Amino acid sequence: MTEQELITNIETVPETQEYFINMGPQHPSTHGVLRLLLTLDGEIIKKIEPHLGYIHRSIEKMCEKDSYQQIVHLTDRMDYLSCHINNEAVCLCVEKGLQLEVPERVKVIRTIISELTRLSSHQLWWGVMGMDLGAITTFLYGFRDRELITDIFEETCGARLTMNYNVPGGVMFDIHPNFQKRTKDFITYFRKKLPEYDELLTGNVIFTERTKDIGYLSKDDAISFGVTGPSGRASGFACDVRKRFPYSAYDRVQFEEIVYTEGDCFARYKARIAEMWESMKIIEQLIDNIPEGEHKAKTKAVIKLPEGEYYQRVETARGELGVYIVSDNKKSPYRVKFRSPGFSNLSALDTMARGNKIADLVATMSTLDLVIPDIDR
Amino acid sequence: MDNENLKNIINSVITDCEFSGDETQFLNVIVKPEDFRKLAEFLRKNSETHMDYLFCLTAVDWITHLFTVYHLTSSINNITVVIKVKITDRENPVVDTVCDLWKTAEFHEREVYDLFGIKFKNHPDLRRILLEDDWVGFPLRKDYKDEVNIVEL
Amino acid sequence: MNFNIYDFTDFVNSINVWLNTVFPPAAADIAGFVIIGICFLTFITLLGLSLVYIERKVCAFFQQRLGPMRVGFWGTAQTIADIIKLIFKEPLVSKGSDKFLFNLAAFIVIIAPFMAIAAVPFAKGLHVLDFDIGLFFITAVSSIGVTGILLAGWSSNNKYSLIGAMRSGAQIVSYELSVILSLLTIIILTGSLQLSVIVESQRDGWWIFKGNIPAVIAFFIFIIASTAESNRGPFDMAEAESELTAGFHTEYSGIKFAYFFLAEYINLFIIAAVGATVFFGGWMPLHIGNFEFFNNIMDFIPPIIWFFGKIAAIIFLIMWFKWTFPRLRIDQLLTLEWKYLLPINLVNLLLMALVALSGWHL
Repeated sequence: MTEQELITNIETVPETQEYFINMGPQHPSTHGVLRLLLTLDGEIIKKIEPHLGYIHRSIEKMCEKDSYQQIVHLTDRMDYLSCHINNEAVCLCVEKGLQLEVPERVKVIRTIISELTRLSSHQLWWGVMGMDLGAITTFLYGFRDRELITDIFEETCGARLTMNYNVPGGVMFDIHPNFQKRTKDFITYFRKKLPEYDELLTGNVIFTERTKDIGYLSKDDAISFGVTGPSGRASGFACDVRKRFPYSAYDRVQFEEIVYTEGDCFARYKARIAEMWESMKIIEQLIDNIPEGEHKAKTKAVIKLPEGEYYQRVETARGELGVYIVSDNKKSPYRVKFRSPGFSNLSALDTMARGNKIADLVATMSTLDLVIPDIDR
Repeated sequence: MDNENLKNIINSVITDCEFSGDETQFLNVIVKPEDFRKLAEFLRKNSETHMDYLFCLTAVDWITHLFTVYHLTSSINNITVVIKVKITDRENPVVDTVCDLWKTAEFHEREVYDLFGIKFKNHPDLRRILLEDDWVGFPLRKDYKDEVNIVEL
Repeated sequence: MNFNIYDFTDFVNSINVWLNTVFPPAAADIAGFVIIGICFLTFITLLGLSLVYIERKVCAFFQQRLGPMRVGFWGTAQTIADIIKLIFKEPLVSKGSDKFLFNLAAFIVIIAPFMAIAAVPFAKGLHVLDFDIGLFFITAVSSIGVTGILLAGWSSNNKYSLIGAMRSGAQIVSYELSVILSLLTIIILTGSLQLSVIVESQRDGWWIFKGNIPAVIAFFIFIIASTAESNRGPFDMAEAESELTAGFHTEYSGIKFAYFFLAEYINLFIIAAVGATVFFGGWMPLHIGNFEFFNNIMDFIPPIIWFFGKIAAIIFLIMWFKWTFPRLRIDQLLTLEWKYLLPINLVNLLLMALVALSGWHL
């Protein structure tokens, strides 16, 4: 080969080209019908463009036709893993509008069940996170322990997933006589099991290699993107609504706000594990001190909120849920907005995963703990 | 900082605004679209207010006019303000974007555009986000009619 | 026909003699091939079925559940039901795929382990191909499979498949080195690549015990590298169901998918067989030097049981990895090979040479 031929040969080597790949709507690690349009260079992610709305059910529009009692049921279907907390948000917002003081018993019951919901949500997240990284056994372990919580829910609320336990003014039924005993049994059981979670994943070399320094989100970005919940707190954004703006019985319990500063996937993982310990702490403080009294304050059959705007923030398992109700003194609200945590958390995904590999995107996505109905509403 | 101080600060930036903070929990300020960007930039960048967390962005249709509602708070000091931008032009509502100030606004503004049809000037990628790209109309407006999907009771 | 479970040499010879008396010489050879072929096909099918069942049960017990229980006693007929389902499924070929290569890939993937299994010594005298380069043959032939994986990924017209195939290509080519080098460490001691000689050389003890520390290191490297070579977890980068849906076999369905599945399990068997033969003496019972009394007791257990017992133990170990560890990332996988396993392996090889020269081994 002459020199000239060599030069032309080198010049005709095709350049590398970026290509697109559709992750979703049906994909094992998007946990629902989320579609991510990835621009890739080899395996390296250049850009992520989320396409949402595959299960948009126009809950906000439906709320404008429904009475306040009916709205509560719709919120179950947003973030189905922390459905009780969603219900609570709407009920608290309506109660704020009515200036209704709910009985102490209700506040404590709501708090306990909220924390149980958070625990069950984090258990499921832990299992799914392991599965996303290829450790399928964790999925089964997470579900095994979650089953015990859903059993408790079933006994008290009648349902296992979408519980509909809250109504404006209180809770629908009083707690089951077994509730306290079973919850205590569960806490004793889970205090033994949670270290097992650590043994299986936290100390594992492959796991730490896969998650450390991956999907980094700085504190400024976390605040700017409104990334809340354990994901935000892992970046150093102290945003726990339970601590900042206590509602229900959170003002009377002792618990730590888990804040890490690393901002990577491992910090988000650790934040959720630590949050499970804190949730158990909260439940233990309250479970023996449920005050006697009514399980529901008296409300009118047709609730009409006085004219005005009401905003209620609560802390779901995923982050800050805001309920914004605009009322014009009719039996259904004029406008309802749900500020869902998943929607804001997802918007940071591009910043977090850019420059990483596809495998890292999966890790990042699962540490953000996305629930798609929560994003699409 | 209490609401009185905040009112004074806001008044020092823009004069033409209304306050209503008595009946609801946060200080509400109603501004015109042309003043909004200036106020937002000030609240974000001023070291005294340092409103770096936009925790809710939405819109409300009041038939005669539209409001875009911004719930702003600070991660450092515990102050919250609700800015409402009053848009009277229903046919072609335009507001300045704030997605360079708060990155979360990029998705939220797309959502507001999708459901209310409010356009955000200088938004980098203003498309529908929840509905399909070929959807006709803006569903959360009060005058939206959809005979197929919405059953009137 | 004298059937002896301890030594199959006479039994195999008597079949050969009988064939030669019934058929003319040329036809007798062909008949012999056919019989061997049928035996292997049956064996491989049964092996695939039982390994799938075992994998499902093992993983179920790791995950504190029961696994298949409905079809047959303790779900034993579950895999047969699965195979029937797979046979009756429509063989889909996606639009825009290269149909010839697409179909060919499934066959290439299955041919490689079929060829390799022929050289595995099952018991004394039960050994089809006993080359003087037996070990080399197995390692060479079993890596043909990667061609099939690459073809499958390329011809599927699916980006996920392509990424999976490229990952798999990089992975198998890299880990091949470690597998061969770790085997070579033992070859220094045996001085032969012939599998029957390797087995015979372990009459007074298995190499993992006799070969001093380097043999133990070599065994660990072998297990890691061969798990990676067979695309099993935690190195299942090529499939990586949470990232690439199913990797290179995303577009395959029905019986062609079953081929990929079967090939994976036969590869698992071959790895375990090679590991058992080289490090644990193949069908050779556990012997301790000249300790005659102990050796005689061990000899009482038939070699074929020893062989399958060792294989079962190694397969269980590999399954244990898969159901415990998370998956690595592709760059970490290659880093592990090129920056850790390969240098360790080379040093280990030198160490073994030193051991062999100094006579520190038993």
